[in-house]
Amino acid sequence: MASPTDGRAAASPLLSLRGVTKIYGQGGAAVRALDGVDLDVSSGEFVAITGASGSGKSTTMSIFGCLDVPTSGEYRIEGMPVQDLSGDVLAALRNTRFGFVFQQFNLLARTSALENVAMPLVYAGASSRERARRAREALAVVGLAGREQARTNELSGGQQQRVAIARAIVNEPEIVLADEPTGNLDSRMGEEIMQLLTALNRDRGITVIMVTHDPHCAAYAHHQVVFRDGRIVSDTREAA
Amino acid sequence: MIIPSAALAFSALLRNKMRSALTMLGIIIGVGAVVMMQSMGGGATAYVSEAISGLGSNMLFVLPGTQRGFGQMTTGVPFFTLGDLDAIQHQAHDVALITAAGSRVERIVYGGRNRSSAVGGVMPQYFEIRSWGVSSGRLYTSEEERQAASVCLVGQTIVDDVFQSQSPLGKDLRVRDKTCRVVGVLESKGAAVGTDQDDVVFMPFSTFSRRLVGNDRTATILASAVSTDRIDEAKEEMIQILRRRRHIAPGDDDNFSVRDPRDLQAVLQSVMGMLTTLLAGVAAVSLVVGGIGIMNIMLVSVTERTREIGVRLAIGARARDILTQFLVEATALSAVGGGVGIVLGLAGAWGVASALHVPFVIPGVSMPVAFAVSVFVGIAFGVWPARKAARLHPLEALRFE
Repeated sequence: MASPTDGRAAASPLLSLRGVTKIYGQGGAAVRALDGVDLDVSSGEFVAITGASGSGKSTTMSIFGCLDVPTSGEYRIEGMPVQDLSGDVLAALRNTRFGFVFQQFNLLARTSALENVAMPLVYAGASSRERARRAREALAVVGLAGREQARTNELSGGQQQRVAIARAIVNEPEIVLADEPTGNLDSRMGEEIMQLLTALNRDRGITVIMVTHDPHCAAYAHHQVVFRDGRIVSDTREAA
Repeated sequence: MIIPSAALAFSALLRNKMRSALTMLGIIIGVGAVVMMQSMGGGATAYVSEAISGLGSNMLFVLPGTQRGFGQMTTGVPFFTLGDLDAIQHQAHDVALITAAGSRVERIVYGGRNRSSAVGGVMPQYFEIRSWGVSSGRLYTSEEERQAASVCLVGQTIVDDVFQSQSPLGKDLRVRDKTCRVVGVLESKGAAVGTDQDDVVFMPFSTFSRRLVGNDRTATILASAVSTDRIDEAKEEMIQILRRRRHIAPGDDDNFSVRDPRDLQAVLQSVMGMLTTLLAGVAAVSLVVGGIGIMNIMLVSVTERTREIGVRLAIGARARDILTQFLVEATALSAVGGGVGIVLGLAGAWGVASALHVPFVIPGVSMPVAFAVSVFVGIAFGVWPARKAARLHPLEALRFE
């Protein structure tokens, strides 16, 4: 399949925001959520985005994940500008290159863990046998082997978030976007989820971008970005 | 994409069994009613057609007034006289047999038991025209007709009820305040819808008119043509004779009518046609109502599952995947509803048919049509909610509370 990422420019960062502005609403009610953001994310990084509520970190995540487009400025994936792409191409990008983990887990209720994890593969056009096999593997990666048939409402919060992570990685994406992944969990379960994300980043080379306001969670990342009022006020990388 | 969508749709519907069932109810009732009415209409037609052909295909009725259909009988027109009968008998060469036929409901008594039954006054030819014989005893004779003899024939129901299943032959049956001797028991004809053809007493027309009615005019003449292919000629002859006898000027309308079973068939067919049209209207209304029900629930479902839609969009569903999913869900609802409706409609029609002893007919064309229409309704009324779902912005859908 001719991927829209073919012909990428060498040496460009995996994800790059340049002068990105996002304005919600119009006229007097307009809210400037992002105000000239420049940010690069390299392949294999573990990025933590922190900042107060409304500082623009979730908006940045949405733009990274192709769920929203900047009002102005440019977002490039491996050097390829995203704003000209059609809805179907964006859907394909979300399906193959990104995995999403949400604060609310966002699993289908009364549905088995296996079916939840297999969902992205439906849209990738995989056969049902293939879907089951890969969903099983993904559940094993997150330590839920044996719980395939459990319904999501029978699982603890930590287990539900593991199912969500399995769903995020089942398509073997390069990037996992986690929006407050521990926000609804107690500290012990949160710890487990952080360990899991760290392992995915370290062992599988998956780029992880995480929004959090917990400094303890942010400490797991090597690349710290701090937002305030729609601008980046601090962007620091640990020496590798 | 359709196959996984169908699987998705069914699992989504199964997660909400009660709601799905209630949503389908409109379609179930609509389709069920159509299939049931079609089946019952077909059964009634088959039954009546059979009854009409049982009358004998070369039978003719003469009735006063002109009947253009049910409920359009002209009133104040003269009944027929025995002179009319004689004239037809002697002048119409294509008429084989002819009889006057009168009927009224009377109280009949034997021993301590009584019953209200149809009492018919007919000439002996009546039984020949209708190919109706006796199971015991004998028919009455032309001689008895001429003498206005006090004899009668009874049906099986009279034997069972009034005579307590004992042989009525030779017994004196009281009809109102007159007495007649039973000479025969008629062969059983069985029950028609609502009427028992064996709950009947027949006596010579002369006896009937003199002793029960008080005059010898008759409202009905029954005749048979010499053969089935002479039926139109027989009809024409009777019309000409009666017009002459009634001094109807050329160009004026008849004040009587001559009918044969084919006319009854035609009336039946026009009534069934009307009924079918009416039914189609009712079906259309109920399917539209059912479709609106589906649309309503699908809109609720789209709102309720906004976050699910957001998640699906986030993990790679295209707008058209979401459209397909909801469209297939709506269609699955209406198709399953249509299927259940067909089964229930057939079951209902079968129940009614066996209760009323009419033939059970499987309506061949209306079943696939009803199913196709219900599927179409699902698609038509599912489009709007599905488009609504497919047009959701992924981010707004994800943030929806």
